[in-house]
Amino acid sequence: MSRDKSKFDVAAARRRCLSYRRRILDISQQVTALHVAPAFSCLEMVDLIYHGLMRPDPKQSNPRQFLDGFVMSKGHGCLAQYVILEDLGILSKTDLDRYCTPAGRLGAHPDYGVPGIEASTGSLGHGMGIVTGMAYAEKLKGTDRCTYAVLSDGELQEGSTWEAMMMAANLDLKNLVTFVDLNNFGGLTRMSEGHPAFYPLLDKARSFGWEAAEVNGHDATAVHDAVMGRSGKQPFMLVGKTVKGKGVSFMEHVNIWHYRSPNKDEYQQALAGLTEISS
Amino acid sequence: MRNTFADTFYEAGKKDNRLAVVVADISPAGSIQKFREDFPDRFVNTGVAEQIMIGMCAGMALRGLKPFAYTIATFTLFRPYEFVRDDLCYHNLPVTIVGIGGGVTYSTLGATHHAMEDVALAGAIPNMSVIAPCDPAETRAATLWCTQQTRGPVYLRLGKAGEPDFTSKAPEPWEFGKVRHLKKGKDVCILSYGPIMKVAAGLAERYEKTGKSVSLVSVHTLKPLDRDGIAAALASHKQVVVIEEMVPRGGLAGLVKEIAWDRHAACKLDTFTLKDDFIHNYGSHNDLLAAHGLDLNTISAALGLA
Repeated sequence: MSRDKSKFDVAAARRRCLSYRRRILDISQQVTALHVAPAFSCLEMVDLIYHGLMRPDPKQSNPRQFLDGFVMSKGHGCLAQYVILEDLGILSKTDLDRYCTPAGRLGAHPDYGVPGIEASTGSLGHGMGIVTGMAYAEKLKGTDRCTYAVLSDGELQEGSTWEAMMMAANLDLKNLVTFVDLNNFGGLTRMSEGHPAFYPLLDKARSFGWEAAEVNGHDATAVHDAVMGRSGKQPFMLVGKTVKGKGVSFMEHVNIWHYRSPNKDEYQQALAGLTEISS
Repeated sequence: MRNTFADTFYEAGKKDNRLAVVVADISPAGSIQKFREDFPDRFVNTGVAEQIMIGMCAGMALRGLKPFAYTIATFTLFRPYEFVRDDLCYHNLPVTIVGIGGGVTYSTLGATHHAMEDVALAGAIPNMSVIAPCDPAETRAATLWCTQQTRGPVYLRLGKAGEPDFTSKAPEPWEFGKVRHLKKGKDVCILSYGPIMKVAAGLAERYEKTGKSVSLVSVHTLKPLDRDGIAAALASHKQVVVIEEMVPRGGLAGLVKEIAWDRHAACKLDTFTLKDDFIHNYGSHNDLLAAHGLDLNTISAALGLA
């Protein structure tokens, strides 16, 4: 159902993610309010989905299209998706340069109809239901297409996410693989402080009929191996333990960067500190 | 209406394997049993989980299917409202939301089961169409249209069971987006939609007994509203009466008044709606309508026909 395990080049993934972080910081200079930190926390997982899991459609080449599907359920992380879509030639440099401007078509949440965007998200707790419907449709049609999604940990506070998880298990959706960006931050508090009953997450997912694994979400090798090593007998949830703002020391674990863009000095400081991330 | 919908959907579903239905634990009486038995893969029951009923429909439509969400009207729309708005309407997906028991049809179940505001709420969302047929034959026509349309999301408001025929002698066919004359007259025009057409038809008879020539019109498509058709009715009758089983704000009554103002209508115009109130009454559908002042005698008296 997925690509050949041996073909994912982790060193190349690290180089890509470094350039993606640079590009996101560049774009951050265009607007004052931007979701930099939530994009940085899920970046390695989104990169893996596009470059290591989703199979290119052999009938389409330019711009690249995929056989498999992907929904960015945590819509506020969409800069991670935009920079990858730009790299793949699905979105243009102009598209990203016009981010959040009147002449552009990219906003701070993904908008269905924009190339590469399969569902409009932004309100949390919607993605799991949509991908459950997509995966069920593929099952009905008898395809081998897999549907992927990235959710925020906060979305697992929404009852609708668990409604969908129950249904995905009821419907035996082996073709559904979701990633949880477990950065442990809500908008207001750390999840572990504000909602300690949120944990343990893996046990909850498993008790809802899912196969689940938890690894370091910035360790592309670990994420890749966990996903590729799944049994394929149930819907699969990869819980990626991540760091909000990962890659920029002064952003890491500091929740103001959920919302704000760095000023000029902070931007230079952030750029200077970026390195390839291995874990 | 419920059975007509089920039979019609079954018929269409036999020919088009993209048609699917997603229900949220509707009772066996309301479930579309035959479709469920013959096409079990295209029948999904999410259980008491309406948000996902809508969310799954969106995902299925994004993958080329033509899903219908189906349960009691309040639960199709009020509980999962933001999912209807974002997942269906924002994406402009051709998904039909079928609401059983529009208005106060569930007359013994209390206000939790009364879809009194559904037309206003559904109609407020961009891209949404709203259809409310008045009898089984209109239900069939509307259902068939919904199975074939590609324009976007639809809220199909149905009654429950036992609605009489109002349209077999209509001089005009059912057409999406057009008002439909069930009878044509010259003096008084009564505009209505849905099962409360029974009150509108009764009022037409009472006017006829006084020697008036009466038009009876099914405004089955509430959105997009046939503004020209309504303007023509306002212009060609001395008196127009609107009867609807919906709260006063956001429904046909206010829209007809808006059109009357915009088009400089000179006719007398009276509107009758549910009260802006949660009433705590129980009984038959007619009893509930009476408690809201929407029964034939109360309306007749208000119009001087007692």
